[in-house]
Amino acid sequence: MTAALELANVRKSFGKTEIIRDVSLAVPPGERHAIIGPNGAGKSTLFNLISGRFPLSSGTIRLNGADITGRKPFEINRLGLSRSFQITNIFHRLSVFENLRCAVLWSLGYRYSFWHNLNKLADAEDRAEAILKRIGLRRRRNIAAGLLTYAEQRALEIGITIAGDANVILLDEPTAGMSRSETANAVALVRDVTQGKTLVMVEHDMSVVFGLADRISVVVYGEIIACGPPAQIRADPKVKEAYLGTQAGGH
Amino acid sequence: MSEVLRYRPINLGRWVVWGFTALVFLCLPLLLENLFARSLMAQMGIMIIFALSYNMLLGQSGMLSFGHAVYSGLGAYFAIHALTWIARGQFAYPVSLLPLVGGFAGMLFGVVFGYLTTKKAGTPFAMISLGIGEMVFAASLMFPGFFGGEAGISGNRTAGGAFLGIPSLSFGPDIQIYYLIAAWTFASMIAMFALTQTPLGRIANAVRDNPERAEFIGYNTQRVRWLMLILSSFFAGVAGGLSAIYFEIVSAENVSAIRSGGVLLAAFMGGVTFFFGPILGAVVFTIFAVALSEYTKAWQLYLGVFFVLLVMFAPGGLSSLILMNLRVLKFRKFKRLRDPYFGLILSAVALALGCVMLIEMIYHLTLDFALGPQIKLFGFPFNTERPESWVFAVSVLAGGALAFEYARQHFRAVWGEIQVEIEDWIRDNPEDT
Repeated sequence: MTAALELANVRKSFGKTEIIRDVSLAVPPGERHAIIGPNGAGKSTLFNLISGRFPLSSGTIRLNGADITGRKPFEINRLGLSRSFQITNIFHRLSVFENLRCAVLWSLGYRYSFWHNLNKLADAEDRAEAILKRIGLRRRRNIAAGLLTYAEQRALEIGITIAGDANVILLDEPTAGMSRSETANAVALVRDVTQGKTLVMVEHDMSVVFGLADRISVVVYGEIIACGPPAQIRADPKVKEAYLGTQAGGH
Repeated sequence: MSEVLRYRPINLGRWVVWGFTALVFLCLPLLLENLFARSLMAQMGIMIIFALSYNMLLGQSGMLSFGHAVYSGLGAYFAIHALTWIARGQFAYPVSLLPLVGGFAGMLFGVVFGYLTTKKAGTPFAMISLGIGEMVFAASLMFPGFFGGEAGISGNRTAGGAFLGIPSLSFGPDIQIYYLIAAWTFASMIAMFALTQTPLGRIANAVRDNPERAEFIGYNTQRVRWLMLILSSFFAGVAGGLSAIYFEIVSAENVSAIRSGGVLLAAFMGGVTFFFGPILGAVVFTIFAVALSEYTKAWQLYLGVFFVLLVMFAPGGLSSLILMNLRVLKFRKFKRLRDPYFGLILSAVALALGCVMLIEMIYHLTLDFALGPQIKLFGFPFNTERPESWVFAVSVLAGGALAFEYARQHFRAVWGEIQVEIEDWIRDNPEDT
């Protein structure tokens, strides 16, 4: 079976500093995969490489078997990969509904059309409304996205990410900066919207990671030092030493 | 079940607005019969198309262009050449459709130049557009065969003969050319509005707000900007074609940075956030450039001052100013603003009068010295050599300024209070907005 997402010997340097050193990883379809690691380990860089935001220094990345190395973000998105951002990245002057409708347009085949009346595209409207309901923002439908609360913007961020119906979803710290109850809501949302899809996420909150992930990769200094199911990671001595250990031992 | 119902009351409002606009276009020249008013309205129509096409870049796609006159100007050149061919009998084509020639010419250059400019966004885009504007202006003086050198190219709009076979319809009389321009303006307004309601139009807004995110929902932002620029340059070319027919002359000035700056000023004054903003801006700009320039040499100074004041105190332009007041009206709080507005306007008039007197006297002394010391201001004779005139002007100015500052602070307090009340209400009743 082809992996949904496959990284082979991926390296990335900024100048002389090597940020990602020889990362190889295969995520099978339908898996929820978490990437954890201390600050500055290269988790977000890894996401930026996969989604085409940065070019690779060497190595290859495959999406559903297709080589996407060196492709532009919009090409990778069209091949079925969608991502969210750690710092909220929405269309702040458009309404919540318009944010979602924009996000469904390409996948519904409307592309750059200037001959369709947007308000008559029932399929785009229905899909945007359905996502609006799913992320719990129906009451905020017509408000400019920039005026939403932080937690609402995070939910919208996830909504935009899943709207195009990509089968591989990358979430970059979906619960960052949230309160405990907001985090619980966000976890439920992530679990709900990624059903039947492949999820790769970067997350700092260990309760989120161990609750959601089928497998976990631990990245330290640009390398994957361990990869496996939550129980195995928890027991791994290398992980304890390099990551969990420093937290447990330090306090 | 509520999802199935698609009730859109806004469409009725749209029909009313467009119907009213059409009615104004139809009736205005019948109410104002003098030549000058009709010429003013014709020029407003051309400027409306131009400013709206500019706003497809600035307001809708976030592209600040300093060279938009390139597309209208080159469109105008092609239209005037086509008019010449029509006159010579080499080109069988109706004069009424010449704006299409301008439009497609503008669009062609939009394809070529736009490919270069839209590779970048933000400041680099602005700089490249400025560079291309300068380049085309320089070229217009280098190739007199096509551009007509300093004198430009002139034509004759009646050359096409009768329109629709009706002998009295030649587009010679001002009323006929007005209606031709009005028809094109109306059609262009509808087309450009319709464009804002398409997938491309909405994605252009998304690219304006956050180009990076737009890439991650599948859109090539360069392509979006390029397509918007191509479509925008079509309408700019239509405006150029109309100006070629109307003025019967096209010169290097049509592609100059002055034109590019003018359309930026017009769009920004009206406000780029709302579709109708540039329409307002075009009307006001034309009043300054065409009507005010009849009365005073200092019109550009007044335009500049007006522009700076708008940018400082109402950065959203005239349209947002109007909508803010409509909102106060909707919430039934306008009564409280009535007195503050009265004071504000009265003191502003005094302040403006003082300024105008001073500026006009200075202009007269420096530019029209040979005509003697007497000038007429607002119908009253003034002697620019007598100190009393200056003392009077300065005291009106000073009095106006003091009163205005007082009125402004009072107004601001009341205005702020009302805005806070409205915002609070909206926050507490999110479902009713």
